[in-house]
Amino acid sequence: MLEGNSERLYCLNRAAEAAGLSRGMSLADARAFCPALMTDPARPDRDAAFLSVLRRWATRYCPWVATDGRDGLMLDISGAAHLIGGEEEMLSDMQHRAARAGLSLRVGLADTRGAAWALSHHAPGLAAPGQTAAALAPLPVAALRLEPAEAAGLERLGLRLIGELEGTPRAPLARRFGPGPLVRLDQAMGRQGEAVSPEAEPPRYATRLTLPEPIGLQEDVMEGTRRLLLRLCETLQRHETGARRLCLTLRRVDRDSRQVELRLAAPMRDAARILPLFQRGLDGIDAGFGIDQMRLEATQVESRPAQQLGARSEGNGNARLEDLLTRIGTRIGLENVLHFQPADSHIPARAFRALPAAWSAPGQGWVPPRPRPLRLFAPEPIGATGPRPPERFRWRRMALVTARATGPERIAPEWWFDDPDWRRGLRDYWLVETRQGRRLWLFHTPQNPGWFVEGEFA
Amino acid sequence: MFQNAFPLRPSRVHEVCGPGATAFAAVTCARARAGALIWIREDWQPDQLNPLGLVDFFDPARLVLARAASAIDVLAVAEEALRDGAVALAVIEVTRPLDLREGRRLQLAARAGGTTGLCLIPEGMGSNAAESRWRVTPLLDQGPGREAGGTAGGDSTLMRWDLIKNKSGTLGAWDVRWNRKTYRLDVVSPVAQRPDPARTPAARPLRADLARG
Repeated sequence: MLEGNSERLYCLNRAAEAAGLSRGMSLADARAFCPALMTDPARPDRDAAFLSVLRRWATRYCPWVATDGRDGLMLDISGAAHLIGGEEEMLSDMQHRAARAGLSLRVGLADTRGAAWALSHHAPGLAAPGQTAAALAPLPVAALRLEPAEAAGLERLGLRLIGELEGTPRAPLARRFGPGPLVRLDQAMGRQGEAVSPEAEPPRYATRLTLPEPIGLQEDVMEGTRRLLLRLCETLQRHETGARRLCLTLRRVDRDSRQVELRLAAPMRDAARILPLFQRGLDGIDAGFGIDQMRLEATQVESRPAQQLGARSEGNGNARLEDLLTRIGTRIGLENVLHFQPADSHIPARAFRALPAAWSAPGQGWVPPRPRPLRLFAPEPIGATGPRPPERFRWRRMALVTARATGPERIAPEWWFDDPDWRRGLRDYWLVETRQGRRLWLFHTPQNPGWFVEGEFA
Repeated sequence: MFQNAFPLRPSRVHEVCGPGATAFAAVTCARARAGALIWIREDWQPDQLNPLGLVDFFDPARLVLARAASAIDVLAVAEEALRDGAVALAVIEVTRPLDLREGRRLQLAARAGGTTGLCLIPEGMGSNAAESRWRVTPLLDQGPGREAGGTAGGDSTLMRWDLIKNKSGTLGAWDVRWNRKTYRLDVVSPVAQRPDPARTPAARPLRADLARG
């Protein structure tokens, strides 16, 4: 019940309608009318999901089903009514099934799409073939799916009912309101065609294999998986997508089921490549008394358009690496297989990022501002004072003597981040070569004096 | 002969220890055949690999970093990567001594996949199965060019590479330096054999700017 910045009623139950509330009314007004009003936030996304479920259900009556607005379904039952036993039986069957599920339906059935809409919204029922005009005549003009402004304009002219509109000369109407109302009228009366455009069934990336005899050998399960994969990959191929996550469910004879999940390092649809990757997951499966049903579903898919293979594509080497990363990912998790990418920061620890290799390309364009250490660690304090590097210091229980020091390189903290590591303020970095051989990266914090070791060079 | 020892024998697992082990691994990565490299380590380790430091050796875009939760996972990932052969080199950071079985499994995986492996081991924790073992210690560079006004301070990578175990050859020790400009490994003669061996480290002044301070 929220639209824009104001709270409005999104939909109502019968009792609320009887109390005089209407859709789109502001919540404050509604409370004034009806102090006992109980409200819940509207969830249009869930409504849409439920409507699409209903749409699938409605295909039991006819194959030609479209959603209509945010709360309607449009069925084209031409040639399908006799399968249920006639139009009236179909309507009552619908009503019964919906009532059993706790839904209240308003159904209209007529020759045309517009007339059916008008009936369902204003006078639920059935208009016998050829009786459309008679059925619509007593309905208000708003039943013609007009814009609210058009309906109000017509009513102001005294044209309240569809029958009156039908009897009015068309030319002055068209001059006054444009073609809109007349087109809607013609559509309702069947003088102008209007098609029901059903939504395409969303592709389902799931395949199932039911076995006459339970199986238990690993090779058999792999063979079954192979057959499932071939079918699944065909579907993926047709829709130019690749699977990112696959879920194999093995149902055992004792009704228990086992799941194997496979996450891939890249969207893939090549059965021969995916199959060996299942090996590790299937190794740990206990088949019990046998497996009699297998189901393979791609739970996450990504678009993967067909690519031109040519001299430039890395082809085989890249594919092998992706497979390897997938196998490693099944062991340690794909988010632990990383690529480095350069980041735009002077702070040494933030000058690069490690991102999962499965979802990012390796970074190009590495330009260190000055030589940087091979390893970085959390700053380790050493007991030293003064702005110049100490001649002798102890680090990790080693007594070190400075032989050469290069610096300073001053790095200022990024004030727009509150980084606890940088609370000490500016840092003056020095490369210190020690007589003992170690080449360390030291820094001094002049604002809050102290010396630290942060890295080690080659 | 250094040439017999250093480009590490392919399809074998080698070991390196000592404070310069990371640099040795970086040089090995730089000398590996073209293709991806994988670096496997445990995720609890507090220090991190700095790709901006690796730039001096090879292109970090080639590197894949695998963070495993335990030492067992490190070995499992290493075996998988070695056996697969999709990567040119696998660098494995080992934190505990490997027993003969684990070392041998890695060795067999490397042979099967044709991949070279390099274990970074803590001092004295080598496995008997390793093909060769190196100890790498960074050295203070006292070359003649370094003292005149302290030129090019801070970019030296002089290291002592000790070959302390070799299954198919002799042992040896070499002083090497990585050339960041040409991406080449230069073997330099040890200090003792230079024309002016009398100059001891203690007699040398510190770098000019440091001495001033």
